[in-house]
Amino acid sequence: MTKRQRIVVVGHGMVGHRFAQAAVERGLTETHDVLVLGEEPRAAYDRVGLTSWFGHETGGDEALSLLPGGEYDDPRVRLVLDSVVTEVDREARTVTVVSPPEAVGDLLAHPGAVSIHEYDVLVLATGAAPFVPPVEGRGKDGCFVYRTIEDLEAIKAASLTATSGVVIGGGLLGLEAANALVQLGLSTNVVEMAPRLMPVQLDAAAGTTLVRHIERLGVKVHTGVLTEAIEGDDAVSGLRVRQAGTEEGAPTTTIDAQVVVFSAGIRPRDALAREAGLDTAPRGGVLVDEQCRTSDRSIFAIGECAAPGGTMYGLVAPGYAMAEVVVDALLDGPGTFTGADMSTKLKLLGVDVASFGDAFATTDGALELTYADAVSGVYKKLVIAESDAGDGSFRLLGGILVGDASAYGILRPMVSSGLALPDNPEQLILPAGTGAPLGMPDEAQVCSCNDVTKADILHAVTEEGCEDVAAVKACTRAGSTCGSCVPTVKNLIEEHFASIGKVVDKGLCEHFRLSRQELFDVVAVHGYRRFDDIVEAHGTGRGCDICKPAIASILASQTSTHILEPTTVALQDTNDAYLANIQRNGTYSVVPRIPGGEITPEKLIVIGEVARDFDLYTKITGGQRIDLFGARMEQLPAIWRRLVDAGFESGHAYGKSLRTVKSCVGSTWCRYGVQDSVGLAIALELRYRGLRSPHKLKGGVSGCARECAEARGKDFGVIATEKGWNLYVGGNGGANPAHARLLAGDLSTETLVSYLDRFLMYYVRTADRLQRTSTWIEQLEGGLDRVREVVVDDALGLGAELESEMARHVGGYADEWRETLEDPEKLARFVSFVNAPDTPDPSIAFTTERDQIQPIAPALIPVGAPS
Amino acid sequence: MTWTEICSVDAIPLEGGVAALVGGEAVAIFRTYSGEVFAISNVDPFSGASVLSRGIVGSRGDVPVVSSPMYKQAFDLTTGRCLDDDSVSVTAYEVSVVDGRVLVGAASLEPAREST
Repeated sequence: MTKRQRIVVVGHGMVGHRFAQAAVERGLTETHDVLVLGEEPRAAYDRVGLTSWFGHETGGDEALSLLPGGEYDDPRVRLVLDSVVTEVDREARTVTVVSPPEAVGDLLAHPGAVSIHEYDVLVLATGAAPFVPPVEGRGKDGCFVYRTIEDLEAIKAASLTATSGVVIGGGLLGLEAANALVQLGLSTNVVEMAPRLMPVQLDAAAGTTLVRHIERLGVKVHTGVLTEAIEGDDAVSGLRVRQAGTEEGAPTTTIDAQVVVFSAGIRPRDALAREAGLDTAPRGGVLVDEQCRTSDRSIFAIGECAAPGGTMYGLVAPGYAMAEVVVDALLDGPGTFTGADMSTKLKLLGVDVASFGDAFATTDGALELTYADAVSGVYKKLVIAESDAGDGSFRLLGGILVGDASAYGILRPMVSSGLALPDNPEQLILPAGTGAPLGMPDEAQVCSCNDVTKADILHAVTEEGCEDVAAVKACTRAGSTCGSCVPTVKNLIEEHFASIGKVVDKGLCEHFRLSRQELFDVVAVHGYRRFDDIVEAHGTGRGCDICKPAIASILASQTSTHILEPTTVALQDTNDAYLANIQRNGTYSVVPRIPGGEITPEKLIVIGEVARDFDLYTKITGGQRIDLFGARMEQLPAIWRRLVDAGFESGHAYGKSLRTVKSCVGSTWCRYGVQDSVGLAIALELRYRGLRSPHKLKGGVSGCARECAEARGKDFGVIATEKGWNLYVGGNGGANPAHARLLAGDLSTETLVSYLDRFLMYYVRTADRLQRTSTWIEQLEGGLDRVREVVVDDALGLGAELESEMARHVGGYADEWRETLEDPEKLARFVSFVNAPDTPDPSIAFTTERDQIQPIAPALIPVGAPS
Repeated sequence: MTWTEICSVDAIPLEGGVAALVGGEAVAIFRTYSGEVFAISNVDPFSGASVLSRGIVGSRGDVPVVSSPMYKQAFDLTTGRCLDDDSVSVTAYEVSVVDGRVLVGAASLEPAREST
């Protein structure tokens, strides 16, 4: 047996993480042990999405994390954080690591802070560091860079006492930083030495268009301006600038600012390699070959610290490609890295910006086609050239899009494919022409972050049975990083199904071609109250066990009428129809509501007495209540009577509706609790009780971060913080367990309730039948971010409407058991036999096990045998 | 054929069912949207539980069906044939409505499977 090889990875940023992930996924860990040494106190996180950290009051770290648990599923990959590699000894093949004692744990042999690790293969993924230009005063309090979560924390803290801020650098990252300052409520300035914003990606006209967009958001843009000094005593008070190109001593102006963020580019962190004697590129970066191997064959460098062929790449996609190449090389694969597409598409301060290919028309014979609409702030430019074919056709070399980048998904692949442009290439950028389906070659790269081609996506659809974006995402990773290609992926899927004549049928069943969401809208718009009207106008036939309960649920969500009214009783699913849960022998179980799991001794005694008097089997449920089994259908009203008289109500255990809101004991009793979790759980359970939804709904409230209520295993989970509540959504147990993810943090109870109202109603409105919140969120275009936009940012302007719908539900709630007991017509159904109401069903029988009843299986009629 | 009078036709909810005892057997009696009345055995052959009268009544193609409340298989109300499993059927009974009263024929029809 060959000895296992040791790989040491220096750096756990996005690229180091990708390397570890690829090593696991591609089987490299079968033969290699991987030790990843991260310098930051936390595991890799999405640096591209750094600005979104400000969208979370707390918990942003977790939302950005690429490895939420902090460890890999594969035990052969070990991650140690807080560890700085100080030296590489190429002779001995070791690295020297300095770690604070608490991070060392049991991993390292001796308790000191310095340890030595042997490697067979070393992978440098040390990334880059922000470049801070040598401006006078740059060390003053209030000066920051923008790279890590620690940087953001420091900026956030400083912004508490600041009123205005300035970002030095109007490039891509600078504008991200400006966005952060805007979110922190600072009056924000951007200073750029070049005559326009994003000088690397945009031309003058595009830059001007972008400035107009950004100034509309209140950001003051100063281009063509040189920073002379940062003013202030110890702390920053302003930025002294003068016109670029003027001599020292020329007139200056001062921009008032208490926060200064340097964003003037990045530099590869190659010091470790340099000290180890590895070759580096003249402009920085560890020089590597096409396999990302450094001048030492056992050392690789990937990501921003590397300079393949002398060029460093400051984007994540090339870094990912390098990580894959190295894994490939270690598996003796043929992969090489020969340069990267530096195309960029992003949303900056809400403005679409894209730049790709030869955006500046530097190629010989390049021509420009532009479209500009200054009123709506749209600028589009295509760079084209006559194709080599000599047939007079043109091909696309590159382009710039500002304000509307929807054509990017179609255009960018056309650059790499060299495909001849259609006869009227201007159609590609004219408003009506965007999004027109255009033939894209199979090898066209659709997802640049994960290098997924059109062919890969079609393969997933035709061979792997993927039918929607979520499935393709899971199968190919396309769209799983920045998400910008998701619309293209969706189009490809739809185009494929259209081409084979298959309509992706979203219809509920043979009776309705409409999806549940469409039916929900139809009912809302027309105000239908009866199935008959709906099926007559929008369906065929007389319905079935799929569409009838779905429509019953929609009607119940939109009106507060009892589910057993004459117009709806025949639509209800088995359990709803009898307000109890059918069991295998045709008897029912009964679950009274015990909000938050809190119950008085008197009520406990009542439940015990009812169970004893009706000879019911009792069991504690997972939702902190008590289930009473073995009730014959005709006994249900009498059981409810006893329970209702004692102050109980229906627990809706039978419905696709809110079940329970589970809680821990909270700050009332628990010495660790920081909030009253029981009180909140009761309030939430009583608020949302009876809400009919596409699937069952469960909630949980934990009184501290120990999470004893297992709230993150629920559709909505609330966890107490020192300052309020964190709200998590989309969790469930069952066959496909999912952990709820953070929607918003540190909320007041009032805000929490309004977010929950919106979240639940948005789900009730738009989810498919029998779709839990987790899959609903996953299948929403934009996923959890979209939910956050709608619920927290109110991007659709639906907030008030969703809340008022919930208010209507809350106001219209009535106990279904009590109402049934009060209505003789509803009670009439609860008989064993219509012509022998006093004869119980003779097929039901029980035995005794562990002192309680158990059903005896009804004698099965032999299947197929004549009776 | 002996006929057993069961109940008034109004006692059967529209597109719903009731259970009745006919000669000691549990029978499920349904009324469809068009007002027709059908009777089949109340016993769901897949679970053995006497529950078919509690299923949802609807249609599959042109066939009036009830779906079992237990595991959701559809049964043809006119013949008792299970539409989701060819090898399964339940007894179908003759029904007659006289002066608004529902009568069920106690001598059962042969199961549909046998007659085809």
